[in-house]
Order: sequence, then C-alpha cells, then structure tokens
Amino acid sequence: MIGQLNKNSKKLIRFILRRDRVRIPIWILAISLITIIIAPAFAEMFPTQQERMLMAQTMSNPAMIAMVGPGYGLDNYTVGAMMAHEMLLFTALAVAIMSIFLVVRHTRGDEERGRLELIRSLPVGRLSNLSATVTVSVVVNIILSLIIGFGLYALGIESMGLNGSLLYGAALGSVGILFTAVTAVFSQLSQSSRGAIGYSFAFLGICYLVRAVGDVGNEILSLISPLGLVLRSEVYVNNIWWPVFVVLGEAVAIILVAYYLNFKRDLQAGLIQPRPGRKDASPFLRSPFSLALRLMRSAIIAWSVGMLVLGMSYGSVLGDLEAFFESNELIKSMLPSSGQGFTLTEQFLTLLMSIISIFGTVPALQILLKLKGEEKRDRCEHLLAGAVSRTRLLAGFLVISIAVSIIMQFLTVLGLWAAGSIVMEQPISFSRMISAAFVYMPAMWTMIGLTVLLIGFYPKATGFVWLYLIFAFFVVYLGRALQLPEWTAELTPFGHIPQIPVDDMNFVTVSVLTVIAAVLSVFGFAGYNRRDIG
Amino acid sequence: MSVLKITNLTKKFGKFTALNRINFEMQKGEVYGFIGPNGAGKTTTIRVLLGILKATEGEASIFGMDAWRDAVEIHKRIAYVPGDVNLWGNLTGGEVIDLLVRLRGSNNKSRREQLIEKFDLDPSKKCRTYSKGNRQKVALISALASDADVYILDEPTSGLDPLMEKVFQECVFELKSRGKSILLSSHILSEVEKLCDKVSIIRQGKIIESGTLSELRHLTRTNVIVETKKPIEALDTVKGVHSLNRCNQGISMQVDTEELGNVIKYISEFDIVKLESFPLTLEELFIRHYK
Ligand SMILES: Nc1ncnc2c1ncn2[C@@H]1O[C@H](COP(=O)(O)OP(=O)(O)OP(=O)(O)O)[C@@H](O)[C@H]1O
Ligand SMILES: [Mg+2]
Repeated sequence: MIGQLNKNSKKLIRFILRRDRVRIPIWILAISLITIIIAPAFAEMFPTQQERMLMAQTMSNPAMIAMVGPGYGLDNYTVGAMMAHEMLLFTALAVAIMSIFLVVRHTRGDEERGRLELIRSLPVGRLSNLSATVTVSVVVNIILSLIIGFGLYALGIESMGLNGSLLYGAALGSVGILFTAVTAVFSQLSQSSRGAIGYSFAFLGICYLVRAVGDVGNEILSLISPLGLVLRSEVYVNNIWWPVFVVLGEAVAIILVAYYLNFKRDLQAGLIQPRPGRKDASPFLRSPFSLALRLMRSAIIAWSVGMLVLGMSYGSVLGDLEAFFESNELIKSMLPSSGQGFTLTEQFLTLLMSIISIFGTVPALQILLKLKGEEKRDRCEHLLAGAVSRTRLLAGFLVISIAVSIIMQFLTVLGLWAAGSIVMEQPISFSRMISAAFVYMPAMWTMIGLTVLLIGFYPKATGFVWLYLIFAFFVVYLGRALQLPEWTAELTPFGHIPQIPVDDMNFVTVSVLTVIAAVLSVFGFAGYNRRDIG
Repeated sequence: MSVLKITNLTKKFGKFTALNRINFEMQKGEVYGFIGPNGAGKTTTIRVLLGILKATEGEASIFGMDAWRDAVEIHKRIAYVPGDVNLWGNLTGGEVIDLLVRLRGSNNKSRREQLIEKFDLDPSKKCRTYSKGNRQKVALISALASDADVYILDEPTSGLDPLMEKVFQECVFELKSRGKSILLSSHILSEVEKLCDKVSIIRQGKIIESGTLSELRHLTRTNVIVETKKPIEALDTVKGVHSLNRCNQGISMQVDTEELGNVIKYISEFDIVKLESFPLTLEELFIRHYK
C-alpha cells in the first residue's frame, strides 16, 4: 500500500533535482557563503576582547534582543558567541524562506499550473510527489547544515570548535526541515500557491514575533516558537543539542499531518476555501492612480513597517555609540573627515542618512517599475484603451513614487528619533534629524527621474537603475572605509548631497539636483508619449 | 457614414513589416469581420487603431479623429476586448469590470448586473483563479457594459464554451439593432458568417480580399454537384473547374463563378439527372486564400 502510494517517487526526485539544478545550488551557496564570510569579518572588525565587550553592551538592550534574540556568553563575548547571537536567527529565517519556496514550487505550485495532473496521469502514486519534494528539501537542508558546520569549523577561529560549528549548521537545518513540513501542510490546505506561500510566511512571521516577545519578557513563549527554541542551543557557548532534536521531532509530526491531508483530498482541492472578494469595486478605484495604489498597497505597507523598524533599530544603538566608536578605527574611518566640533554620533548620523535614503529609494523605484511590469504583461492596454492618456497613466505611478520616497524618509527618521530619544542622554532634536534626512530627497528624486526617462525611452534597460543604486550604496557606504576617491561617490546623486549637520546646507546643489530630476522626468514623459506600448 | 477608416497603413517592428499598406473602412451600424491566419497582423492593426502602437506610415482614424493623436477623446466612445486577456491577479472580476467601465467614463450598473448573470460569471473571485474563458468574460462584460459607439473585439470568443458563444452572439445582434458598429476579429468562421455584414481577409500584413460575404463568394467559386446519365468526358480539362471529386451523389467540384455558364453548358451534353449548386462556405474561401 505505502509502496503503491509512493510509486516512482525516486524518478520524481531526479526530475525535481533536474528542474532545480541551478536554483538549489544557488540557495545553498548563497546562504553558506554569507555565513562563512561573516565569521572572519567579525573576527577582523572586533579583534580584541575589549571591542567585543563594547559590542555586547550595545547589543543587549531590549530592542536588539527583540530583533536578533538573546545573547549568550555576554560576559565573555567571543567571536563565536557573537556569530551565534547576531547571525544565527537571521540565517535561520533565510533557510526557512528557502524551504518554503522550494516546497510550494513543487507541490501546490505545480498542482495549480496543472503540471501535477500530467504527472498523476502516469503510473505514479498519490503521495509520490509530496514524498519526492519533502525528500529533496530535507536533503538540501542536511547538505546545507553540513557545509555550514564544517565550513565554519574550517575557518579555524579559536572560539568556533567542531561541536559548536556542527550545532550551528544543525540548528539552521532543523529550522529548514521544520518549515519544509509546515509548508507541506499549508500546500495541502490552500488552493493556490500564493496562498500556501502567504500562510507559510505568516507562520514564519508569527514564530519570529512570538520569540521576540518571549525573549524580552517570557521564556515560555520563546520555547513555543521553533525559532526561539533553536536559539536555546546556545551555540559556541554551551552547545546544547536537545533543542535541535525537539524541532526535528516536531517536523516529523507535522510531515505526517501533510501526508494524511494529501492522502485524503482530491487533486486541485484545498481545505481552506479562498474567501470571496468584493463583487464590485470601491468608488475610489477609478483611475490609473488609484489602481497603482491598490496594486502596490501591501508593498507600501510592508516597506513602511520595515523602514520604521530599521529606523528604530538604528536609533536603539545611538546611546552607546560614542564609547563604541571611540574604540573602533574601522567605523571611525567611515565618518566624514570634516567633523570637528560635532559628536561622533552626529557624524554617524550623516552616514546613516545616506544609507537610509538609498534604502528608501528602493520602494519608490519599485512602484515606477511596476508600470513597466504591467506593460510587459499586456495589462496597460486595458487602461490605455479607456479614456486615459499616457501622461495620466505614467503620472499616476510617478506621484505615488514621489510620495513614497517622502513617506519612507519620514518614517525612518521617526523610528530613529523615537528610539534614539529613549536611549540617548542628550537626544538629537527631531527637526535636526528631519533636515538631515530630507536634504537627501533631491537625490532620491533624481533616481526616480532617471527611471522615468528609462521607462519613456529604453524600457528594456530599466534594470540599469538597480545596478546604479547598488553602485551608489557601495561607494557611499563603503567608499570612505575603503578610501575610494571622492569622485566615485560623486558619480551618484547621493554623493553630492551636503551632509547636514556636519556640512552646511548647500541650496545650489540641492536645487540643481531637483531641476535635473524634473528635466529627466519631462523627457521621460515625452518618450512615453511617443513610443509603442507592449 | 464611415466611423473607422484605415488608409495605406504600414507598421514596421524594426525591419519586420507587420502591416503593409492596408486599407479598409467601416460604416456606422456595420458588423465588420476581420479574419486571417495566425500572425497575419490582426492584433497589430487593432492596436494601431487604439493608439497603443504608432503607425509607421499611413493613417488610422475613428470618428474622423486621428487614432494616435486623439486617442483619449476617441476612447470615450469605444470599447475594446483584447485577444489575450491578462488581468490583475489580486483584484476580483467585479472590481476589474468596474474599473474598466469607469476608465471609459461610463457607468451603467443595471446592464452590468444583467451581463454578469447572462454570462454566468462569479464576480467575487480573484482574477488569478479565473480560467481563460472566465477572464475573457470579464473583458467582454466590461466592454458590453460600457456605453460605446464602436466596439473593437479581438477574438472575443476564443475561450468561450458554445453556450457562452451563443450569449455573445445575442449581445452582438442587440448592439447592432441599437445602431452600434463592431469590428470583430475572429478565427471562428461560422461566427463571422453569422454576424458580419462585411469581411476583410488579411494575410502576411496585406489585405487580400474585402467586401460583403456575397461579394466575396461571387468573386470566387461555387460548389456544384452533378449526376449525369453518360459519364462526363475530360471534365478536368474544362476551364474554371477545380477540386474534382467523385462522391456517391455523383461528381462534386468547385467552379469559378465567371465560368459557371460555360461549365453547365458543357455538362448538359451528358444528360443531367441532378444538379445542385451552393456557395462556398467561408471556411472553403478562407482555406483557398490562406494557401
Ligand atoms: N511588438 C512586436 N515586435 C515585433 N514583432 C511583432 C510585435 N507584435 C507583433 N509582431 C509580429 O507581427 C506579426 C503580426 O502579429 P499579430 O499579433 O498582429 O497577428 P494576429 O493576426 O493577431 O495573429 P493571431 O491570429 O495569432 O492573433 C507577427 O508576425 C508578430 O510576430
Ligand atoms: Mg491576435
């Protein structure tokens, strides 16, 4: 019986591996490389115990604990302890996300596209596809664990022994396997792959939040969340293995549930019925502008929350910065050279603002490029076949993009200021922070203007703006540390912005950039009005 | 009165000529069929008419206004159903119908409800979950619920089941009775035959035939079936006779319309027992032109 149900699953495994022969190695490589690169980077950035202790202090406020989890071995903050404290949770999130995508793609994703129907018409068991997918995902997670485990050990860092390194890998792998199981269940429950991904991510988010609340106040909550539980393995400090086995046990139980559900249900059916939506549109949905807003609604909300949290997390470390910077040459070298007479915190603020504005540019560009995506999917013709001019269509997206650039900047500063005023002895005033941040608006708008130009003339080349933005991030953020010449930063609009409060305000530069942004946009509109759509 | 006119329209994509100096004209109140094999240029023509593609040369106008320059003004009075209906996955069908109707500037709730019922669509489902036919229904309902003077429909029934096709045909007749003009591109010839007053056939970017259906037929051939007492000699050498076939009712053939008289005269010498003639179906016409 079991054999019948799983017939030919070995062939399906080979088929999955063949289809994902690029995807899987990329995931494994990316996650393990980042882990293996970060560990020596920590060792290099914080070579002495004294510097690490300062970092430990900075990391042990409630805001940081809520974000990265509780620190262990804070009184003897070795590189290993630091790695486990600051990296393990985030890497576990990445592994969970990998597993979610992998499992949905080969279960509900294929089922939704009707491919599974084709497979099931062959002599293949009812459970074969689920078995094959789960097997592949589990094996991928095991391989990832071993690569990371032995990889970290091979670095030869003193505080990172074999036992601890293997535990580090196993903790990650167990989270991946648990999410393989959870996603397998949601793929049975939901009727669409988006639904399955949505529920799995919601579950991941809940695990993260329950752990955050638990880590700050209530230990029991942290033990309930698998993400909280694996952190209790105290990697590189006490190396406790049982949490990993508990998580694996949970995974096995959940996989059995997935098998049961898969056995019971029809192909293409789900157990969670999609809620019926609105029968008619709200009165608001009547223009390209409102459509754009509706399409990007969730993305805008997610980015707003993200930027607020980013601001708060930067803000929460502002209190301890002064002492920390004094002792760290690397970070000091990244601050403006003209900073006499300003506190190190104020100088750090200028660096922060340039990074924040580069981050905030991402959602603004995403919204504009959504228009190009709509064109590619042949959906613009619905709009243009209505009584809608091209100018109105593009303007709808542009207005939202500009508004988002302002909102993102404002929310980040709000978070930064709110958290900063709690932890700092002499808080920086809100208006000072706002002007330091908003002076970057013209640079963000120049990026937006450039994107409008590309959409108008070379829609195929819009990917260029992402490269340009990544370039800007590197030269602005790392340029000083790597001692790149000043002109490299000036190749990007961000490098021209006066660094308030350290620099004086320069109205000429700021106005010139604003004019450039406007001119680029006007040309973009002209091009968009002249070319073929689609 | 002509509502839609294309003169010497050429459209190039880089070096590739998708449309080569095409011409046609649609009068008010007409249902105009636009047929041709895959890749012939039907959708391209329609997109030029909508001002989505820019003509390389020549002109396209609707209501006497330029299709490119006055697009917004024109679009207030036309409704369009694309050939490939792509919708926004996270909007419901009902939301999309409302949005598209509002973008055209009209709003007729009761007609919308009637159409949803007629086409048997569940408007509360997300577009992502619709089948091809249901996506097509969304586009059709939004077009038919708009108050337009010209309807441009690009293969509107390619995903519909026969029952829905019938509903669609009823809707077209209803529009026609209200004096609306309709440009209908289609691969379903029986549909074109039933609905259209005039037809243009396009092939490889050129219009190769235009006119009313009966004009097209007369220009071409007639199907003839005969039975004679004496065997007909050397029929295949007679001018104007094609596609000879022996069938159990006798001999079937296609005859060039202008040679029909001579052919019948020739056959009559062999003592006709039975003679049937009927026009080419559009399908036969079509196959003749496509080859
Ligand atoms: N944007 C474009 N770039 C290059 N070539 C194009 C483009 N759009 C259409 N073509 C080409 O123009 C020709 C006409 O295409 P069109 O879509 O108008 O055909 P069609 O008559 O609608 O065909 P079908 O019956 O398959 O819908 C095809 O050869 C197509 O490949
Ligand atoms: Mg077409």
